[in-house]
Formats: sequence, C-alpha cells, structure tokens
Amino acid sequence: MKKKGVGMACVLHPTGNKGAGDPSNAAIQLKPDGTLVLLVGAVDLGQGSTTILRQFAADLMEVPIENIYASNFADDFAPLSLGSFASRVTLIDPHAVENAAEDLKKKIREYASDLLEAHPDDLEYKDGKVFVKGAPDRSMTLAEVGGASMFGGGADPALLVGTGAWQPARFHAHDPVTGEMPAVGAISFGCCVVEIEVDTETGVVDVTKMTQVWEVGKAVNPLLVRQQITGGTHCGLGTALIENAYPYYPDAAWAPHNLSDYALPTFMDYPDEFKWGYAEVPHPMGVKGAKGFSEGSTNGPPPAIMAAIHDAIGVWIDEYPATPEVVLRALEAKG
Amino acid sequence: MTEYVGKAMPRYDGIGQVKGQTKFVDDFILPGMLYAKAVRSPVHKGVIHGVDFTAAARVPGVIGFVTADDIPGARLFGACGDQPVLADQYTAYKGEDIALVVAADEDACAEALEKVKLDIEEQEPVFDMFEAMKPGAPLVRPNLKSNLWEYGPDMTTRVMYLGDVEKGFAEADYIVEGRYQTGEQDHAAMEPMVSVAYFDEADRLVIHTHSQCLYFQLGQLAGIFNLPMSRIRYKGGVVGGGFGGKNHIHADHLAGLAAIKFKRPVKYRMSRREDLLYSTKRGVFILEYKTGVKKDGRLTANHIKLWHDAGAYGGFSPYGVEKCSMFASGPYHIPNTRVDGQCVLTNKAGSSSMRGFTIMNGQFPMEMQMAKIATELGMDQWELRFINAWRDGDMGVSRYVVRGAGALEAMTEAAKLAGIELPDRLLAMSSRGR
Repeated sequence: MKKKGVGMACVLHPTGNKGAGDPSNAAIQLKPDGTLVLLVGAVDLGQGSTTILRQFAADLMEVPIENIYASNFADDFAPLSLGSFASRVTLIDPHAVENAAEDLKKKIREYASDLLEAHPDDLEYKDGKVFVKGAPDRSMTLAEVGGASMFGGGADPALLVGTGAWQPARFHAHDPVTGEMPAVGAISFGCCVVEIEVDTETGVVDVTKMTQVWEVGKAVNPLLVRQQITGGTHCGLGTALIENAYPYYPDAAWAPHNLSDYALPTFMDYPDEFKWGYAEVPHPMGVKGAKGFSEGSTNGPPPAIMAAIHDAIGVWIDEYPATPEVVLRALEAKG
Repeated sequence: MTEYVGKAMPRYDGIGQVKGQTKFVDDFILPGMLYAKAVRSPVHKGVIHGVDFTAAARVPGVIGFVTADDIPGARLFGACGDQPVLADQYTAYKGEDIALVVAADEDACAEALEKVKLDIEEQEPVFDMFEAMKPGAPLVRPNLKSNLWEYGPDMTTRVMYLGDVEKGFAEADYIVEGRYQTGEQDHAAMEPMVSVAYFDEADRLVIHTHSQCLYFQLGQLAGIFNLPMSRIRYKGGVVGGGFGGKNHIHADHLAGLAAIKFKRPVKYRMSRREDLLYSTKRGVFILEYKTGVKKDGRLTANHIKLWHDAGAYGGFSPYGVEKCSMFASGPYHIPNTRVDGQCVLTNKAGSSSMRGFTIMNGQFPMEMQMAKIATELGMDQWELRFINAWRDGDMGVSRYVVRGAGALEAMTEAAKLAGIELPDRLLAMSSRGR
C-alpha cells in the first residue's frame, strides 16, 4: 500500500570557520592594454567561486566584466586562501577582492599623478578611468595607464598590481570550560518542505514534491544559488534515503566497494516537482551582505523526509539513510 | 555601469568545461611517466614485522618501491599530524598505505601488488565506539592512552554550555528524549583521488593537485618532502568534484614521494574501489537529545550528548565534534543548553569533512526533536519553529551572538512556494527582534 506524508524542516549552516582566523588573499593586475587579471586563492570546485569573485571585481573596478580574466590556477605566484570549504569563500574572499581593488585604484592614482600633473589626492577613479577632480577632461583610461606603465613613452615603468587580504577576526581558541568561541563567520538559514509516498510493502520512499529555500544574505548570482540548492538537494536525498558506506555500522564487513553497491541518487530519484527559492537578509559581515550558504542545502532534506515518513506511516526513523530495509524493520517493530 | 553582483550569470568556466577544454589532474600524461599503486594493509589492525618485495621486483615493468624509509621529512601527516604517511610499524585500519609499488604501467603495478609479501601480526580491532570507550578496550593503535580523543591533558569531553540545563528542565512542561544515528557517506566525486608529480627544468617538484585547499596542504607536503615551499610548484584550481573529500591529502604525498625517489614523472590514482573503501568519509555520529519545552511551545532546555567515529586517526574529526556541538540545537533560541561531545577512534579508515560537515549531523536530530515536540504538543510544525527561531541578538551555545538572522524569512518564502498558507500571527513575527 502506498501512503502519503508531508514534512518540513528548518535548518542552518554556518559559513566561515569557528574561531575565525580564516584568511583569504586576492590580487588584481592591470595589463598594458587596460584589461585586468584577477588572481584568487580559492579553489573553484564547480561551486562557481571564480565566477562570483569576478563579478565583485568588475563592480569594484567599474569595468565591463569581459575585461577581467579570473584565475584560481595556483602556481608559482598565487594569493593564499585557507581553502574552499566551510562555505567560506562568498563570505570572506570578496573582502580580499575589495581590498585588492582599492589597492590597485590607489596605485593607479599615484602612478597617473605624474602624467596628469596632479597630486594623487586630487585624482579620482571612476568608470574605469582616472581623472582630475573637477576637470574630467584631464583623464586617462585604464589602457592608457597600463600602456604607459609598460611601454613608458616618457613615463616611468611600474608593476600595477593591487593586493588584498582579509580575515573575519584573529583566531581565538575555545574556552575549555564553557566552550565559548566568539566570532565565527555568518549563519545561513534554510527551509525544506517535502511530500512523499511510502510503499509499505517494499519500504521504498518516493519523494514526490520538494521545496527548498535558503536565506543567503545576498544572492550574488541567482543562477549559482539555484545550482547549489539543486545540487545540495541531490546530495541530501542520497544522505536521507540511499547512501551508506557502513550499512550495518559499526560492522565494517559490509562496506560497498563499487557504485552498484554504493548507489547514488539519479534524476529518477529526484522529486517529480521541485521548487527552489532564496531570501535575502544582508549580513553585516559580508560585502554587499553576501554570506554564502551552499553546503547547507544538504542539511534540510533528511529531517524533512523523516518527518514526512512519520506523517505517512506513523513511525519515527531516528537514523539516516532510511533505506527500504530500515523502513520495513521500523514498520515491523511498530506491528 | 552595470552592476554584476546580484546578476544571474552562467559559470565563467562552464562552457569550457562542457566542451572538454578543462584539464583535470588525470588528463596529465607525461613522457616517461610512471604509475604508483599502494600496498595496503589486509587487516584492520596489526603489527608490521616486514615487507618482502623480492618476488614483486621481478615483475616486468616494475621500477621499484617506496617505503617509510624513503621519506625525506615528516613521517606523520593529516590535520592532527597523527597519521603515518606510510605505515611501517603498525597498521590501524584495513587498506592503510604501507608502501608504494612503482611501475611503467598500472597492470604491472597490479601484478606486483599480488606478489608483495607482508609479514603482519594481526591484532584484535575495535569498530564500535562504545566498545572502544570501555576501560581495558583494545587500543586502536599504539601510543594512545585511550581511544578517546584528548582535547587537552586528560580532557576527553568537549563541553559547551549556556545557562543551566537543570533549571531549564525544571521550567519545562514536557521533556522529549531521542537517540539518533547518522550514516557514513562517501563523497563519490566523479574524479577519484589522483595526483601527478615531476621535477621541472629548475628542479622544482611540480604537483598537479585537485586539492580544495592548497595552502592548507602545502605546508604538510613541504614537511613530508623536506623541501622549502618555494621549491614546490603546487598547481591546482581544477577539481572534478570535491565535496570536502579533497580537504585531506590522499594522493599528492604519494605521487611526490615516488617522483623524489625515482626522479621521473609519477601518477598515483585510486580506483573507484579504493576510493570507496579507503578514502575519508562523512563519519558516523550517535547523538542523544533531551529537550524541555513549555506548553506554549517555548524551548527551555536542550542537553545533547554526542559521539563521533573518527576512524583510526584524528583528521578533521576532533574539530568536527566542536563544529557539530556549536550548532546542534539548530536555528533556535534555547536559554539553557549543554553539549557533551566526544571523538572516538576506531579501526576504520578516517572520517573527515564532507558537504554540510558535521552540521547536518546536528540539524537532523534537532529537527527530529522539533517534529516530535510539535506532535506531542499538538502544535503546528511551522508555529513551533516560528516561536523559537533565532532573532538578532540571540545567543548560541558557543556564545555566538546572532546577527542577520534569517530563519523566519527562509520559512516564509518556502511556505509561499510550497503553497502553504501561514497564519498572520506568524507572518507578523520578525527576525529583527522578539
């Protein structure tokens, strides 16, 4: 018999590391033709960190985004980054990019002051140009500044690289008595609503409908927000219903060793109807309120699905994954 | 000028990826490149008396072997610095790296692996956290005082508290208790663990890595290789799926050691089977919750005891216990909270970070508690969460002061999309204050 149930869960995910520290760097180089190269230390795992950091850089340097080449291919010289984990990059790295952009704009003003015959403080940077305040016709484009710095033409050479670093706070160890640990990064919040069907003969749980919404501070790139929520949903479905590397934990003898024993969710397991969305409460720590959230989208499906199983068949499954075997055993125990 | 932040844009590297222009680590095939495969422990626990390569060395194509004696620098690595790079005295989990077979191709490696003779005295392992914690239980490996992780001298429980849970339970009208277990999960990234290492024209060690965190790992590698950081060209940035699994070094140290010994390019890669069985996993948590609530739905106290199975070495697991503990009460204001967390070593491959790292292990039981509480009180599931959700200025158990709270906003939007009508009294609530 197939029984229907509904369930919901409200969950969080912290972004950035506990105890702070958690530094990232960035660098932006002006090329002789006026284009820019953004170097970041954050590894792009497919989550799109390079894409969003390039968006920040384009806004900060006030240039068309096509004029920025962005690289995270760490090699001989690369800005440092603690890494791409703890959903930290969207919260932390934009600050490093912001500081690098400010540094580069300052260096451009200083460099152009000779050529524009004005004190750096009397120069302004706007819309990809540097000009004398109050005399916008006395200006240089980024291509003119970059060209002069390389090819001279009467001017001194210069390496115009802006660098920036940032961390949320200095590292602070746990208080061993209370566990106090101030200054983690930010916290994002998610809500997952599901409708399911439980087959009481086979124990198979079919997720028919799911809605997942995350409060993300600022959706820097709504397309990537969607990508992360759908990806996290997929991962969370596996966690909730399918994947177990120790099916008879703590017995290690049954560990699966291929992808037919260790099944992963496919699109066939995906909810027939899926809705995603986001809310924005700008976070005081983030650049433009952005705080990251991505990992969190795995957190909601397991409890929402278990609540729906209870709604459907009246048993609490207090472990995950709720495989058919687990569901049938729970039904049997209920009698 | 266009504002790009806030704009939906396709991934910068997306088109190149789908057109096959991306070079992943395994795409690097260099002239004269050798392949390395790991000689793994066949037992869950044992003393290593010796390794005999005589027969394996006769396999055509075999170039040689790497053992712990070939390591120029540090013999231990990992986030806690307690894991042997190559085991030479004892083994603490089945599949642990003992040596490397290096050959012209992987077929020769496979044939040689079958001919490596291991002299290992098998010992009684321990898999169950609660067995491992008992006094007199077999130790997971030598030189441990017990199988419980020590956060400080003789400190095996990581405690966090806020307020007074006993007072909170006395104020409660109902107390709901539960015991939960969260499963072991593999990252199952499309790209299994792989690394390519070689020396460049300036005699610098080049490593093509899929690391998620190069500067977290470069220091460890420099220590193992006994090379200055500037002599390692650690080339990364392209990852064929990480999900936290590539925060731990699985391959770079082994490819690097073989390249150092044989001065030839070396590729080390795990098969899917090896990756599933022996790479780090999302580790199991067992958690006990006791939650106090008033008739009107306000939570008064939450006492959580949790145990995390680290496997044989620390890795990120001691940190994982702390991270789980900090947020195991979910996005809720509970004035009296206490968490007692323990990290337990067992004879299994190490557990480590994975998407939602240890946070999802705390969100699941807390939401189960909330679902049970609402059922017990006969209260609407949404209402119970709206009443208790964090507002700005609330404090978590680690004395984290909440800013930019957004649980109400997330729930409101989700209800709207799901077609659930919430009553006005809930919609009138604000995350900006209670």
